[in-house]
Amino acid sequence: MSSAPTFRYVEQADTSVLEASGNWTVFNMRGLRRRLRNGPAAPARKPEVIDITRVKHLDTAGILELLQLAGGGEGSEVRAKEQGQVDLFRVVQAHGVETPPERDVSWILHWLDEVGHGLVDIYHQIIALFAFSGEVLVVTAGAFAQPRRFRLAAIVKQMYEVWISALVIVGVLCFLIGVVIAYQGVQQLRQFGAETFTVEAVGIGIFRELGVLLTAIIVAGRSGSAFTAQIGTMQVNQEVDAMRTIGLNPIEWLVLPRILALVISMPLLVFWGNMAGLLGGAVACTVYLDFTFVQFFSRLRDTVGIWNFYTGMIKAPVFGMIIAAIGCFEGLQVRGSAESVGQLTTRSVVEGIFCVIVLDAVFSIIFLLAGV
Amino acid sequence: MVEGGQLVDHRDGRDVVLKLRDVRTQFGDHVVHDHLDFDMFRGEVVGLVGGSGTGKSVLLRTIIGLNPAREGVIEILGNNIRRLHGKTEHALHAHIGVQFQDGALFSSLTVAENIMVPIREHAGLDEGAMRCIAALKIALVGLPPDSGDKKPSELSGGMRKRASLARALALDPELLFLDEPTAGLDPIGASHYDQLVRELQQSLGLSVLMVTHDLDSLYAVCDRIAVLLDKRVVVGTMDELLAYDNPWVREYFHGPRGRAAAAVQERKAAFNGK
Repeated sequence: MSSAPTFRYVEQADTSVLEASGNWTVFNMRGLRRRLRNGPAAPARKPEVIDITRVKHLDTAGILELLQLAGGGEGSEVRAKEQGQVDLFRVVQAHGVETPPERDVSWILHWLDEVGHGLVDIYHQIIALFAFSGEVLVVTAGAFAQPRRFRLAAIVKQMYEVWISALVIVGVLCFLIGVVIAYQGVQQLRQFGAETFTVEAVGIGIFRELGVLLTAIIVAGRSGSAFTAQIGTMQVNQEVDAMRTIGLNPIEWLVLPRILALVISMPLLVFWGNMAGLLGGAVACTVYLDFTFVQFFSRLRDTVGIWNFYTGMIKAPVFGMIIAAIGCFEGLQVRGSAESVGQLTTRSVVEGIFCVIVLDAVFSIIFLLAGV
Repeated sequence: MVEGGQLVDHRDGRDVVLKLRDVRTQFGDHVVHDHLDFDMFRGEVVGLVGGSGTGKSVLLRTIIGLNPAREGVIEILGNNIRRLHGKTEHALHAHIGVQFQDGALFSSLTVAENIMVPIREHAGLDEGAMRCIAALKIALVGLPPDSGDKKPSELSGGMRKRASLARALALDPELLFLDEPTAGLDPIGASHYDQLVRELQQSLGLSVLMVTHDLDSLYAVCDRIAVLLDKRVVVGTMDELLAYDNPWVREYFHGPRGRAAAAVQERKAAFNGK
């Protein structure tokens, strides 16, 4: 496999001949094309005969190259040792295709194209979102009229996935955040001699914002993405279509149990996260402030009002609903390929976290106006 | 039975491109193949058949190295694949082509780019040359020229199979493996596909191993047929297998579908004879 492909143009008794020798296979074309680029040996006139009697190995890529060297090779005669090589030549010529030109699109057109497609996509997305919300509402209303349609078994199974399995990760992260806030609180407040206010910082911070936000972000990354991937894969395998033909409503069987499971599980998870965060704060305070646990929690009881706790808990089911709804919606948007499952899973997590933070801001305004 | 699991020696002086000796595959305690011998010669088309669960796909995956064999020797083009590693293993991939059952085209690339993947990896050609080769392969497998710029998800099932064949042919491999190439195609598409495989096999001098259940394909394109029986293969021409004394083989080739396919073949032969 070492003999490199070589060629030359010769004149034999009034006919111009393209003489090739060596190995003309796809693996040898790289070197040949590099040599050609350096010094293109253009023939005086178009060769009428292609002589490949001295070619050892030949494949379709080699033939393509020979045809290019022979200026297309239409009507040219092929001289070869083996009939097989001539046949292969004819096959390639029969499927003769011009090299497809690389499409040259100006960047402005390309950019406009992207923007236009993006806008149309958003428009379709909004329509689909409304349709999805409406369908979920209708199914939910129907389920209230006919409670067995709530699919208790499916809800419990989903709750195990989104609640019980998430307890460890939520607990650990909230505990660590509690420690971090307490440590920062002590460091900053000590400058004013107000380090005992660390307890309020930890309590209010965790209850109002951090416990619920952190939990929501973990749940969006863990469960929202799982919902999209599960439903998306079912969509690719045509399982969702199969459900429809059997007469099962995918919204009732796939979406509703997931939304309800997360609506129920989120407050439970947030409560658990809050407790872990407080524990982290308490541990940090015993280390940095020489507080005892009893001192920490009695100060917490005296200074942090119960509404701080309620504001966080009110947000939890709403966040849960929005994360589950986005996860399921994007899952049902999957079309065709595995690639689209990946894209939409990413989108579901990003949109989930985005919506949670926007809603959190809305809740802040509401609570401000309500004075709690 | 002579060496290689054949009923009669069909070697006829040709190179052995694929040689299996005493191969055993198993999953846990479940032995799929045991003491399996099989030979394939240059330039022939062999059909691999067997009942459901006899391990046709497992055998194919074992041969192409996706599923390690527990014991035995597997030689592809003279290389024992169980001993290969590093560069030599990499180089061997350039000489075999595989078409998976559902195409297994890379979904993020266009059809032309899919065909260019093996060329770029093994031959390192420039973009222009690769586009040229890709366009030729697309034409060879009978796809319309504009399908090169399409994503696999925009193609129909039959077109995906053809595109997958085009990718398998990208480097003009010596050995081609096809997994149920005509499953899910309409009869017209399937018979065109059979013709295509036959034509390509002849013009490119390929050796082809195809897993198939399509009796028409077995009659139309296969030189020999390998039947998975009792964890081994029995290989022979159609006539030899028609005379082979085994209940499953008799049921398979003499059942209603087998007889129908044979009748079609006879009619064709008579028509060509006129």
